[in-house]
Amino acid sequence: MRPRLEARVGTSRTMVYATPVMAVILTMACGSVLFAALGHQPPAVLYAFFIQPLSSTYGLAELAVKATPLVLCAIGLSFGFRANVWNIGAEGQLTLGAIAGSGVALWAGGDAGPWVLPAMIFAGLLGGAAWAAIPAFFKTRFNANEILTSLMLTYVAILLLSYLVHGPWKDPDGYSFPQSRMFADSALLPLLTTGTRLHLGAPITLFLALAAWWMMARMFIGFQIKVVGLTTAAAGLAGFSVKRLIWITLLTGGGLSGLAGLFEVAGPIGQLQPTISPGYGFTAIIVAFLGRLHPMGILVAGLFIALSYLGGETVQIELGLPLAVSGVFQGMLLFFLLAADVLVRYRLRWSRAMTTQAAG
Amino acid sequence: MEILAAILITVIGAATPLLFAAVGELVVEKSGVLNLGVEGMMVLGAVGAFATSLTTGSATLGILAGAAAGAVMALVFAVLTLTLLANQVASGLALTIFGIGASALIGRGFVGMPLERLPGLDLPGLSDLAVVGPLLFGHDVLVYLSIASIPAAIWFLNRSRAGLVLRSIGENHQAAHALGHPVILVRYLALLFGGAMAGLGGAYLSLAYTPMWAENMTAGRGWIALALVVFATWRPGRLLLGAYLFGGITVAQLHIQGFGIAIPAQILSMLPYLATIAVLVAISTDGARARLNAPASLGRIFHPEA
Repeated sequence: MRPRLEARVGTSRTMVYATPVMAVILTMACGSVLFAALGHQPPAVLYAFFIQPLSSTYGLAELAVKATPLVLCAIGLSFGFRANVWNIGAEGQLTLGAIAGSGVALWAGGDAGPWVLPAMIFAGLLGGAAWAAIPAFFKTRFNANEILTSLMLTYVAILLLSYLVHGPWKDPDGYSFPQSRMFADSALLPLLTTGTRLHLGAPITLFLALAAWWMMARMFIGFQIKVVGLTTAAAGLAGFSVKRLIWITLLTGGGLSGLAGLFEVAGPIGQLQPTISPGYGFTAIIVAFLGRLHPMGILVAGLFIALSYLGGETVQIELGLPLAVSGVFQGMLLFFLLAADVLVRYRLRWSRAMTTQAAG
Repeated sequence: MEILAAILITVIGAATPLLFAAVGELVVEKSGVLNLGVEGMMVLGAVGAFATSLTTGSATLGILAGAAAGAVMALVFAVLTLTLLANQVASGLALTIFGIGASALIGRGFVGMPLERLPGLDLPGLSDLAVVGPLLFGHDVLVYLSIASIPAAIWFLNRSRAGLVLRSIGENHQAAHALGHPVILVRYLALLFGGAMAGLGGAYLSLAYTPMWAENMTAGRGWIALALVVFATWRPGRLLLGAYLFGGITVAQLHIQGFGIAIPAQILSMLPYLATIAVLVAISTDGARARLNAPASLGRIFHPEA
């Protein structure tokens, strides 16, 4: 008797929803072992990691604040991933959105009118989309691998940000700290509740997630994206332009990531700093997969991963564990999810038959 | 002349980690697997080598630990993609995210601790020669190992039976399987080799290039190594050229400032990344030529019953 994998005729609907849950449970189990190995009581760490952050209004608001950029980037990435466009440079697009939006805020100065915030949002969208347009152009025109170009551009974007805050955009009254001037009040996103950092970006993100759902489920472009992802050949026969879809998915992905970056600088941060994201653009890749590349799934996954950031901060303060625990947790989660996903397309069978194959 | 030699020596230092990781990845890709987790394997190799070297006091053990750390990461990737048939792109990204987090966790007690640089091989007489001596004979064992890996890879892929089997699997895994070649086993071994090589690249960074541990110290070199494989159009010989070219660009940013040319440091630091994009675009433009040596089954999932 040995296990073997048998291809399913279709994909299993049950498993599509069951595997993320399995992955979360396995990650927690492995995480407990890891914490025990580091000399901490697993129940105490798991409580501090997953429950404690949610036990106050402030914690719940922080969850939404952290989920906002994750969900925005992940929805943008999910369009591309569905169409087999592997944009992994969301972090760079986020950075450029923040830079472009900050440029408007700094240029407008202290006494600007109510037009500033909409202009910043527009600039953020445009900045992110422009940064994503570079891999799109190289991909469609020169057939250059978008994984590598979008990633290299992330490093360039982060260096550009560093140059700006150390150089031309440095606050002249900032005691030579590498950061821009604080934005004027008119250039900050309004807060939704007092005493928290919950800002207007969160409901906008919720609205965009619903819009994305509608687009993927009901609009022709959503259908085209799905067909290209499943079989490029069929898409070609149906007359869908693969190049056009590369442009559309990269530009929307870049735009949404740029918006996420703008929301960060115009929301919780309030100025341009050398580091504006703890890697939201990269973590969004996990969010996109955990959410099954579906906008509503991404919403749930975004909140869960946001909790892993909050939990990481809590265990750092409460138990002195390093912040890197969040990254380990997120990486493990993606490992287990990818491993469990085999059950979506294959069925585990026990057979006596002699087979010389992969699934040993 | 002395200055030129000094510059060339720093170029060798910058090129060596790239060369290790790229040779490993090239063999992996020739077997038909695309492992995007080079950065994660490399950074774990760096911390593994540093931590082991510091605690045991043995550089040899450190080097071995670096290779082992990379190989363990590659094993995780192999189980995911070969046994559990997971998407290779997503698995590679997971490997990188996990590697960066795990290395930071492991290395948190080692940040800022000093370590003696990996000693150069001292060949009496030869190493003392002017200019040529330090340039050719003063390096540590990893530099020579990285260079030796090129002819070894050329011989293996073109002249050895195992190498030809590996290439046939990379070209058409179904046909190779029908001929009775062990597709999965060969790919497991190729991935383990690739992981060990990426780990060695990381070990060189933390033991010799900058003998210390800092979080995320690979700084995208794993990704540049991936681009180098495309740059070399899957030919080991061209990797040597590519790695030293990129090493040169990395070093150039330091020396341009040394010559007092007023360009902000951040702009110069962009050079290797911009160069990668430029080269990638240039290589990919001639699609037919770029794909001539590209393994036909690259990135495809192998399931014999499918």
